[in-house]
Order: sequence, then C-alpha cells, then structure tokens
Amino acid sequence: MLDFLARVGRVFLVFLDATGRLALFAIKAISSCFRPPFYPRLIARQMIDIGYYSLPVVGLTAIFTGMVLALQTHTGFSRFAAEGAVATVVVLSMTRELGPVIAALMVAGRIGASIAAEIGTMRVTDQIDALETLSTNPFKYLVVPRLLAGTVTVPALVLVADVIGVFGGFLVATYKLGFNPVSYINQTSDYLHSDDVMSGLIKAAVFGFIVALMGCYFGFHSRGGAQGVGAATTYAVVSASVMILLSDYLLTSALF
Amino acid sequence: MGNAPKISVRGLRKSFGPKLVLDGIDLDVVIGESLVVIGGSGTGKSVMVKCILGLIEPDAGSIKIDGQEVVGLPESEREKLMGKFGMLFQGAALFDSLPVWENVAFALIEARGLERRKAKEIAIAKLASVGLGPEVGELRPSELSGGMQKRVGLARAIATEPEIIIFDEPTTGLDPIMADVINNLIVQCVRDLGATAVSITHDMASVRKIADRIAMIYKGRIIWSGAKDEIDRSGSPYVDQFIHGRADGPIKMEVRAL
Repeated sequence: MLDFLARVGRVFLVFLDATGRLALFAIKAISSCFRPPFYPRLIARQMIDIGYYSLPVVGLTAIFTGMVLALQTHTGFSRFAAEGAVATVVVLSMTRELGPVIAALMVAGRIGASIAAEIGTMRVTDQIDALETLSTNPFKYLVVPRLLAGTVTVPALVLVADVIGVFGGFLVATYKLGFNPVSYINQTSDYLHSDDVMSGLIKAAVFGFIVALMGCYFGFHSRGGAQGVGAATTYAVVSASVMILLSDYLLTSALF
Repeated sequence: MGNAPKISVRGLRKSFGPKLVLDGIDLDVVIGESLVVIGGSGTGKSVMVKCILGLIEPDAGSIKIDGQEVVGLPESEREKLMGKFGMLFQGAALFDSLPVWENVAFALIEARGLERRKAKEIAIAKLASVGLGPEVGELRPSELSGGMQKRVGLARAIATEPEIIIFDEPTTGLDPIMADVINNLIVQCVRDLGATAVSITHDMASVRKIADRIAMIYKGRIIWSGAKDEIDRSGSPYVDQFIHGRADGPIKMEVRAL
C-alpha cells in the first residue's frame, strides 16, 4: 500500500515539476515578446510557414468536416422534422467549435512537429549554443517569432476554414439533400452573429499559441541525438493536441 | 603578450546529478596566449569551456573575464560579453537554414546591426582568409565536407574579430592533412587578431602546433600545466601516459572485462 502511494506521489511530483518548467518557459517566452531586438523577417517567414503552407491541409479538412456535418445534421434532425436547421447548425458548429479545433489540430500535427524537430535538431547539434556565443538570445530569435506567428496566423487560418467548411455544408445541402441555395444562404447568414465568429477566433489565437509553445518547449529541451528529437516531436504534437482540447472546454465555459 | 589574466578561473565546480564533473578548476589565461587544455573524453574539458562561455551555470567558483566576474551575470550583460568571444564548435554547429555567408556574417547582422550588403563583403573576406572562395558563400552547410564546415566555423568565429577565441576539438573527425590545415589556420587567425585562445583537444599533433601553454585536466581538476616545450619532461605520469597514448598507466579506462 505504501509502495503504491509512493509511486502515485512520485508521478504527481514529476507532473508538478513538468508543469512548473513549462510555466516558467511560457513566462520567459511571453516576456521576451516585449523586449528588443525584434526579428520581423523571421516573424514573416514563420507566418508564411504556419499560415500559407497550412492552407491546403486545413482547407481540405474543413470542407470535408462541413460536408459530413451537413449530412449528419440532416440525418438526425429529419427524425423530428427539423431539417430546416441544417444551415444554422453547420455555420454555428463550424465557427464556434469545429473550425478552430480542426484547424488547430491540423496545425499541431504539421507545425508543432516541424517546430519541435527544427529546434530540437538545433539543440542537439549545438546550434542553439552557437546562437548564444554569437550574442543572440535564442528565445528572442527562435521562440518569439514562432509564438507570435502562431498566435496571429491560426485565427486567419480558422477564418478561411470557417468559410470553406460552411461552403462544404452548402454543397452537400444543395446538391445532395435538395435544399434551395438561396434560402440556405439566407438561413446561414440570418442566424450567425459576430460573437460566434469572434469566439472562434479567440480560441484560435490561444490554440496557435499552444501549438507554437509546445513545439518550442519540447524542441528546446530535446536531448540525445535523433532519438531525442523524435521523442520531442511526438511529445510536442500529443501535448499540443491534448491542451487544445482541454483549453477548448475551458474557453467554451468561459466565453459562452 | 601581456601578463594580466584575460580569463581567470578559480575553484570551478559542476555536478550533473551525482556525477561530479568539475572538482575545483583553477586556471589563468593571459592576454594573447594560446592555452590548450588536454584530457581524455569525459574529463570535463567541454563543461569547463561551456562554463566560461556561460552556456552552463557552475555550482560554485569564480570566472573572471578582464577582471569582471561573469558567473551569475544578467542575460543582457552576458549577451554584451559574448561580443568578446568567438567559438569554433566541435561539429561546427553551422545554421543549416542559412547559406554559408550568412552563417559567417550572423553576428555582424543580428548582434551588431550591420547592413546585409556590407556584412556579406566581410563574410566573403573572412571565407577567403580560411581558404574558401566566394562561391562557397552561396552554398548551404549541408553541401560542405567536414573540413570545409570546420573552416566556415572558423571564419564565423573570427568574423567579429573577437578578443577571445575558443576552439572545441578543432581537428576531430578530420584526416591528418586537413587537420594540419585547420591547425595552421588557427595559428594564423589567432596571431593576426592578437586574440587570446583556449582550445580543448586530445589530438597531440594539434596541441604541439597551436599551444603556447598546455594544461591537463583529469577527473575535473587541472593536474598539470606548463609551457608547450615542457610537456615532454612534465614529470607527471598522467601527462606522460596521455601524450604517448598508452593504455597502461595511472589513468584507468573503465572498460568491462569480456
């Protein structure tokens, strides 16, 4: 019994230690965002990497999500003759929930992994130490541009995902389920409030920050060559995905 | 060569968990001197130079650069201090996302705010000083051989004309001829800049070529130091065993019996 309690205690202490390290890393990263020097060229490059190059995968995911959503909503709602609500359900689900979460999970897989692998490789090949010896703060040079780019670019991606997702729902509803295109569009816009879109964008900014933070944190602390970089990549994607879903619940509770 | 210590290390200690790596290092390097620290793998050479550079925080002890205590220096002060240093890493540690010339010009652009065109001219001149043509500047580090990467690393280390240059295993992994080329370049660059140099290596040919003074580290302590000419009559059985590369002697390798 004592053995079991000791084991539970050890796991809890390891968890607290990891949480504390991550919190300190986040505080240092955020404070570095407000202190010069700033690297606008690097921020722009990261925005292109995170935003522009993620567009195809986010767009594809969003259109299929919107299409499936229209089909499933129609199947469910037709059981109590409420098919007319399909357009409203699709647009609200996409903007408030699915757009931000699906886009963020895709970005976590694509960008979180890439950030962790790049910074992790720099760590194990002494490139981060080299930055310091060249009078360059690695936090400001590597972490800040990725955090800022993630926080700013993911909301823009989500906005695109919202539009594409709603369009996917529109395609299925009009071509497969026989809805009138004009009334579908009217219904979509009539019940959509700016708050719905804004809350999704706020979530997206938080998710973008989480993805970049996790990639940078695990990359920065990777050890032991290729295996260490591989592990850092896995931890970055898994932890970012879990934290996205956890913070989604917390933000939804707070915002609605 | 002056007598004031450029680098002064006293009682430097560092442990990683239960493993004691540095056990009270005392070391002085005077201005313009080229000190080579020798010692086997895992004896604490790299940890010592990383402590001097501030990449690792020591557990105890003092490190002074030009008389200024640098242990526990705030981040901004340390960034300024790094302007005095140039470092050639064992694996060169070139930034693979940047072309060669930007690697060499990195500190000039990012830390000193030099215009890119001007910084590129300097980078090309520094590449020439290590025997590399301007066309190399446009390549990526992954397109270079090991010897070329070391030379680019050297060009990067001297690009800002630092007062102190640190060489971490500069000839490891190179063939003997390329190793000698690197040694000659190190001697030439240090002499031209009038810099103070600290090198760590276990390559005795390199030691004899680049050292003014030699210190041997063993189990985290400096067990012998003296002028280059004195090493063959050091009177230390540890030094004798090391420089002759003998398996038998007071230094025991931890090798499990078959």
